[in-house]
Formats: sequence, structure tokens, C-alpha cells
Amino acid sequence: MSRHTTTDRPASQPGSTEQMVRQARKLLKSTPMAVLIYLGIMYLILYGCLAGAEAMGYNWQWYRMPDYLFRITDDGFQWGEISIGLVKTIQLSTLSFVLALVIGLIVALLRLSGLVVGTAVAIVFLEFVRNMPLLVLLYIFYYIIGAIFDLDRYSASILCLAVFHAALVSEILRAAINAISVGQWEAARSIGMSTLQCYRYIILPQSIKFMLPPMTGEVVHMVKSSAIVSVIAVAELTTIGRNLISDTYMSFEIWFTIAAVYMVVTLMLSVFVTFMERRYAVTT
Amino acid sequence: MPEDTPIIEIRNLDKFFGAFQALTDVSLTVHIGEKVVICGPSGSGKSTLIRCVNRLEEHSGGHLIVDGIELNDHTRNIRAVRMEVGMVFQQFNLFPHLTVLENLTVGPIRVRKIPKAEAISRARKYLDRVHIPEQADKYPAQLSGGQQQRVAIARSLCMEPRIMLFDEPTSALDPEMINEVLDVMTELAESGMTMICVTHEMGFANKVADKMVFMEDGKIVEIAPPSIFFTKPKNPRCQAFLDQILEH
Ligand SMILES: Nc1ncnc2c1ncn2[C@@H]1O[C@H](COP(=O)(O)OP(=O)(O)O)[C@@H](O)[C@H]1O
Ligand SMILES: [Mg+2]
Repeated sequence: MSRHTTTDRPASQPGSTEQMVRQARKLLKSTPMAVLIYLGIMYLILYGCLAGAEAMGYNWQWYRMPDYLFRITDDGFQWGEISIGLVKTIQLSTLSFVLALVIGLIVALLRLSGLVVGTAVAIVFLEFVRNMPLLVLLYIFYYIIGAIFDLDRYSASILCLAVFHAALVSEILRAAINAISVGQWEAARSIGMSTLQCYRYIILPQSIKFMLPPMTGEVVHMVKSSAIVSVIAVAELTTIGRNLISDTYMSFEIWFTIAAVYMVVTLMLSVFVTFMERRYAVTT
Repeated sequence: MPEDTPIIEIRNLDKFFGAFQALTDVSLTVHIGEKVVICGPSGSGKSTLIRCVNRLEEHSGGHLIVDGIELNDHTRNIRAVRMEVGMVFQQFNLFPHLTVLENLTVGPIRVRKIPKAEAISRARKYLDRVHIPEQADKYPAQLSGGQQQRVAIARSLCMEPRIMLFDEPTSALDPEMINEVLDVMTELAESGMTMICVTHEMGFANKVADKMVFMEDGKIVEIAPPSIFFTKPKNPRCQAFLDQILEH
């Protein structure tokens, strides 16, 4: 921006090459152009897939897919397997995320407490989780912790996802809390508030707007990483997809559908949070 | 006239930031109803001194007794003291997510635990006192600097403190807004509040101060009533500082 200052302005008369380049750039950045490019790329990808499937003689059976979303039979309306799997995925992600928020807040507060022990505990936790592949963490929770405490595969999955995401959530919370100026703490303290009251009435309410954007990213991330519990056969969207494929051999249709379902959910989440951000921006 | 009962006793106070000594052997007694104005060059330790009084800073040595309570590591004492000591900051530090009324009631409701209705009527009383009753439902960002600082004063007063501390309350204000804040402070002084003000507004100081304090390099180098302080200060550095400030 600052490079296009008054000094090089005289050179750009209408019709000059520079002007045309600039206009071309502007056109490329415009929304209709972006949509066109996007559609073009999607067409190429889909065409590639279809041509490839054709070449290997894949037998498309899309007409069977709606049944796995919902069916209307003589008994009336029935949800299909994929819809049931989606509900399970949403349940699993929601429970895990709520737990991740609780653990993440505790870890963030420990880290910010200024106590040597608190900081040490938080850092050990963060380093442990951050340096562990999610799949290995899941095996630890299921085969070791689950075996010791007699956890079923569903609880072990929730705990594992919660712990994994708590590390990321706690960093988001910490950054959002640190974004509030020290003057807010001093004003709250000077009217006699305890540390807990400062957080509850003054600091956290102001931090929310800093948390929302990265937190959406985390929720989306959670929905996606919840698919990993399919390796220990917890019933959710991905597991159900695998089961359907082994029954029907329609792997292309089913994976495409499952991918689309994940995308619809995560896109809806993003839209919802954009709306929330606007609301919070108005009241603060 | 101030009574003769001390309400703040600062004895041989030292304050270190790491190896840097910000306060050296500072002693000062403030009596009930007394108004003390502290001035001195930037970095001389004025803010540090008054921030020690409500323990936004912990002192490193010496004794500090506020309203009969010695300030030390017992949290209970500190919170008890903070309820009795209001503080007004240079940057206002209003709570931007709360309305003016909520800024004023959050302390009384959450800390003093008084009923909400009572807190609201108290808040309206003090908004009247600072002459902005009509701004109750606005957010701080919608107010001018002078109005924000008056809200900050009202927020402190709502806790019904016995002592008010002011740390350069008009330094961040546009010149045309300084007087509306000083007027409120003068009225507060006339009502008998015990006050310590860090300020370079010498007209205000001359009018309300019982005691002028001049600080330099973390030490108090002059304490005198304004009549003496402004005409014949003993310390030449203090004289030089006054000359410099009164020129403007
Ligand atoms: N938190 C801090 N850490 C380190 N040094 C500080 C801190 N606060 C103040 N100081 C130093 O202490 C000295 C006194 O500061 P301050 O009390 O703010 O001065 P004044 O209010 O008179 O301008 C300054 O040299 C300042 O740099
Ligand atoms: Mg200062």
C-alpha cells in the first residue's frame, strides 16, 4: 500500500499498462471472479474423479444413497444410518468440547496464576498433549487408562478428545485473557474484587470477543478429529460410513456423502460464529 | 479543618523493582479529612507511592498502615483496605463492556454485597454528584474523556471509601475538559473526603491542598502547606520545578 504513494501516481494515466495491470488485478480479486475460478477448479476435480471412476469401471449407485439419510416406509418416517451417525458425531463433539473448555480454562488459569506449581503442572500437561499424535493419545486412553479405570470406549473417546483439545483451548483462553489491558485488572482490584471476581465480572466477559474466532476453528477441528474414534469402533459418522461400505461396497458414494455432511456441519458452525461475533461486537 | 487522627501512616517505605529502587525511605502521615497533593518530575515515584497505599504495588520495606490496618501479605487485609480506598487512574480504566450504571454498581453488588436496587439508587446519587445523571445507560466509549473520568470518580465513590487516591486524573484529558474534572474533585474535597492527589494542576493544588509534597528520585524532598510551598520552598530543586511548571 505505502509503496503506491504520490511519487508513482503521475505515471499511471488512464490507459497505461500499469493501469491495465491494476484493473486486471482488481477484476481477479472481485467476488464474481472468485466464484468463477472456484467453480472451474471444482469442475476439474469432479471431472477427474468421474473420468477415473469410469476408467476403472466403477458402478455408480447414487440412487441408493437417500435411503441412508432418511426413508419413508410403511411405518412412516425413519432416519437413515448416516443421519444417525451425524447425531452421534455431534453428541460426541459437544460433550468433548464442553469438557475441553472446562479443562482448558483450568489449565489456562493455572498457567496465569503466577504460582510456580500451577505453572509447572500446566506446562507439563501442555507439552505432553501437544507432542503426542492424537491416534496414540486415543490408544493410551482406551488401552491403558480405559483398562485401569474400566472405561467403556465411548467415555475413553470423550476423555481423549477433551484432553487433546483442552491444550489448544487453554492457549486460546490464555491469549484472550492476556489481551485485556492491565488497567482493567487494577481498576477491578482497586474496588476490592478478588481474583476470581476480576475474572468473572471484568476480564472474561471482555475476552469473549477475542476468543470467538479461534474457538470456532477449534470446534470445527473437534468435529473433524472426532472421526478418529472410528479406529476403536465408537459409533459415529465415520464408523457408520465404514460399516455401510463393508455391507454395500459403495465406497465412492458413501465417502463423498460423508465428506459433504462434515462440510455442511463445519460451514454452518462458521456462519453461526460470524453471527455471534457481530452480536458481541455491538454490545462491547 | 482536618481532624488530628491519622488515617494513613507511611513509615520508612522502600520499594524495589528488581534491583531498581523506586522509593527510598518515604515517610508521610495523612489525617482524616486531609488533602495531600503530590508533585514532582516524571519517574520520581509518585505513582508507585500511591499505588502502594492500596497495594497495587507491594512495598519492599518499611510500614504502611491504612485506616488502622497494616498492609502485609494477608489477602483479607488487602481487600478490606481496598474497599476503603478509592482510586482514580490517569487512563480512567472504566469497564468497557458495562454501561455507566453497571460500572458503578458492579463493585457495591459483588464486593460490598448490597442489594441491587440500593446499589442502583446509590449509583444515581453519585452520577448526580459528578453532574452526568443523563449518561447512565451509555457505554464508556460513547462518552468524552472528561465524562469518562467523572464516571470513574463516581465508580470509586459508590464503594463509599474513606480515602480517595488520584493518579494524574487530568493528564490524559483535552485541555477543555480538565476543569469539569477538577471541579468535581474540588467539591469532593469540600465535602471532607481524605484525598491524596498526584497532579501538576497547581491552581487546584493551591485551592484544596492542606499539604504539598514534592518528590524526586524516589524520595520526598519537601513537605509544606501550600502557603509556604508555593512562595518559599526550602529545597532549590523544588523551586526550580515550580518555576518550570508555572511558566506554562
Ligand atoms: N512495574 C515496574 N517495573 C519496573 N520499574 C518500574 C515499574 N513501575 C515503575 N517503575 C519505575 O519506577 C520509577 C517511578 O515510577 P512512577 O512511580 O511511575 O513515577 P511517576 O509516577 O512519578 O512518574 C520509574 O523510574 C519507573 O520506570
Ligand atoms: Mg505516574
